[in-house]
Amino acid sequence: MSTEKSGDPADMTKAGEVKAGEERPKWDNKIQYLLTCIGFAVGLGNVWRFPYLCQVYGGGAFLIPYLIALVFEGLPLLHLELAIGQRLRTGSIGVWYSISPYLGGVGMASMIVSFLVGLFYNTILAWVLWYFFNSFQDPLPWRDCPVLSNHTAYVKECEMSTPVNYFWYRETLNITPDIETSGSLQWWLVICMATAWGIVYICFIRGIETIGKAVYITATFPYLVLTIFLIRALTLPGATAGLQYLFTPQWEILKNPKVWLDAATQIFFSLSLAFGGLIAFSSYNPQKNNCERDALIVGCVNSATSIYASIPIFAILGFKAKSNFEDCLNGNILSLTNAFNIGDQNITLENYDSWLAHLNESHPVQVADLHLKVCNLQTFLDQSASGTGLAFIVFTEAVIKMPGSQVWAVLFFIMLFSLGLSSMFGNLEGVLTPLLDMKMVPRCIPKEIFTGMMCMVSFVLALIFTMGSGNYWLEIFNGYVGSLPLLIIAFFEITAVVYIYGMNKFSEDIEYMTGRRPNLYWQANWRVISPLMLLVVFVAYVVVQAEQQPTYAAWNPNYVDFPLEQVLPYPKWVFAICVLLASMPCLPIPLVALYKFILFLKKWLMGRLHSNPYDNEGYSPDTQISVVKMEI
Amino acid sequence: MLTDLFLTLCISTALTAVQAENRCSVDAKNGYKVRLSIKTALGNKAYPWDDSEMFLFRATLAFAMRVYTKSDQYNVSSVHVCDETPRVSFWFVVSNDTELVSAEDVEKAVRISRNRINSAFMLTDQTLEFVNIPPTLVAPVQPGTPPWLIVFGVVISAVCAGVVMLLLSSFVQKRRKKGILEDENEEERCEKQNGATHEVQEGSDDFNQIFVEASSSTKL
Repeated sequence: MSTEKSGDPADMTKAGEVKAGEERPKWDNKIQYLLTCIGFAVGLGNVWRFPYLCQVYGGGAFLIPYLIALVFEGLPLLHLELAIGQRLRTGSIGVWYSISPYLGGVGMASMIVSFLVGLFYNTILAWVLWYFFNSFQDPLPWRDCPVLSNHTAYVKECEMSTPVNYFWYRETLNITPDIETSGSLQWWLVICMATAWGIVYICFIRGIETIGKAVYITATFPYLVLTIFLIRALTLPGATAGLQYLFTPQWEILKNPKVWLDAATQIFFSLSLAFGGLIAFSSYNPQKNNCERDALIVGCVNSATSIYASIPIFAILGFKAKSNFEDCLNGNILSLTNAFNIGDQNITLENYDSWLAHLNESHPVQVADLHLKVCNLQTFLDQSASGTGLAFIVFTEAVIKMPGSQVWAVLFFIMLFSLGLSSMFGNLEGVLTPLLDMKMVPRCIPKEIFTGMMCMVSFVLALIFTMGSGNYWLEIFNGYVGSLPLLIIAFFEITAVVYIYGMNKFSEDIEYMTGRRPNLYWQANWRVISPLMLLVVFVAYVVVQAEQQPTYAAWNPNYVDFPLEQVLPYPKWVFAICVLLASMPCLPIPLVALYKFILFLKKWLMGRLHSNPYDNEGYSPDTQISVVKMEI
Repeated sequence: MLTDLFLTLCISTALTAVQAENRCSVDAKNGYKVRLSIKTALGNKAYPWDDSEMFLFRATLAFAMRVYTKSDQYNVSSVHVCDETPRVSFWFVVSNDTELVSAEDVEKAVRISRNRINSAFMLTDQTLEFVNIPPTLVAPVQPGTPPWLIVFGVVISAVCAGVVMLLLSSFVQKRRKKGILEDENEEERCEKQNGATHEVQEGSDDFNQIFVEASSSTKL
């Protein structure tokens, strides 16, 4: 395939700037740009996915595959996206179309993925807002079970599970027993969702002009809160147990290939690659900007934030485990005290073991009849959670036990909200910038109204996540849209730049922008290592997914083993939707290539049939580079 | 004669008292077990459990019976206690002259006055436990407007205000830009008429400077 773009840098400079007389918006300063990229990369996953992976995959040992994945996969792809966006100065669709018209579908795929991810990501922010609104009461509403109307007992569903679970599943989500029962729209979630989209709209209203100002707060505030939590958490009892548990390396786990797969996917999704957002952000940069250093800064800050966030999280989880362990022991102590009429507080946490041994010797039958629970600190520490479970169940339970719960709850939820908000900017820019560049926005609509319309459409579509079964649908979107299509898009990105655009031309571009050619590390990664890693990860991911029958965990109060979650398989129609969601973003890639090929064939045939010696074959509308437009 | 009557009366009351005493036992049919966890509730400020405290308990229970039956036939002597243990737990029964009060009545009386009984000992439902009498659960106080709606109202008003302000400011900015552009357009239009029109440059001498400049460059 021949590239239809001339390699002259001067021409390319014009390409980005001649846009019907309007200058391309630009960042006020470098800090805004860096903070926006860091904010986009650092999201909820850094706080609630990475610590979980660290815990499950052998603590400190997980850092090894994680850092290897960062060095060989994350940083090269990041540098590539920032460089190509900065050089070609258009959004994702324009960039790939410039490299080759056959690859215009890659940009469209990025745009579709960004849009779909933005839908469900903001729903999580709506949940965070709901918890934030509810944190201004004393006592916190998830501390106690609600009482039945006759004042004799607590609500049964709450009594069988915990108040925290009840508040999340019943009072927040009002979840249905399975995905086929849709339930109705939950009005409180609808208004929280409207608020979330309203806040997003305010920051996004004029594109990067307003985003650039908002990120001063949204990108830096989480670090402040994490530091406050770190100081507080380290003073809590049980914190050291949690930290020891997190960081004690278990080297044997590295032999399990799943660890490497999860490390590679984690670094990939954590850096928000292949969304088109990073390309959009860097396209507003001046061309003479050191994108190599930017990539290194963003990548390293993202990983450092993950590690930094896991310290307070695990200190607090250790505190919670210790609390639960002491509650378990105290329950046993009460049983023993009541059964043997021993003086109150004679048995304490310290002498419990000796008392138990003594009583077991003298009255073994009675002690056995009591059915004392086996209390093991390790079991409580093993109760890990990731995702919404970590934030809305485990963490809220820990917060109740801390003195001054309201303050910690408010701080925590504001931190989650700003983490998510700065990632939302990237998702929306990944949709807005290509649309603006492709001139799909009618001139008469001002940008403010267009962004408003985008937010309104997204809000209406996201209402499905406020239904009773919304959480199940969100898990589907999260699992199928936010994973496989991104790997495919990234693979096409890197092969397109290295093999179609040409490594030499790309190196020249980088030399023009940063002042020196990319060194051996970048060359080796771009040419061989990263595409290979992506391919292996993609294949492994598909194999792992295909092995297991897709199931989901449902909250069913009528389940026999309630409060354990009931594992149900997806019904056929739901699974069809899953497959559709995974394949729909990827379809534009072959479709656009096919369409362009058909056009090319048509022109070639016409050319052969009506060959005219006076025809100037050097001139045809396609090769004009000053107007980058898709011929739809 | 009188002394005989007096003697029989004494003996019969003593007998009934002994009978009532004997009816208090572990697992008594109309009795309840009570457990106190004073050290758990009060920590350092825990008071030792002695006969005076027991007397207070019996008096409080008699008070509860009086409130429930709305009569004054109950006294400290109506409450009989047995099987005290170092746990601080014991069984009690309530007698009404000669008969024992039924378990249901005792339960109702205790539930009605539970708060008063707890406060007499500075304990709670969990630390002053009447085994098999369910605690009266206190429903959490429900304010008129749920507090979260208030916070939501504040946030959504701020958001709406922000949106309106931003839209207005960009609208005003566009108007201002259009105003400047319109002025420039008018000037351009002036220049395009007749081709030869020049902008009138007024100098201090109050005549058209352009012709002055032009004349200096012409070789006339």
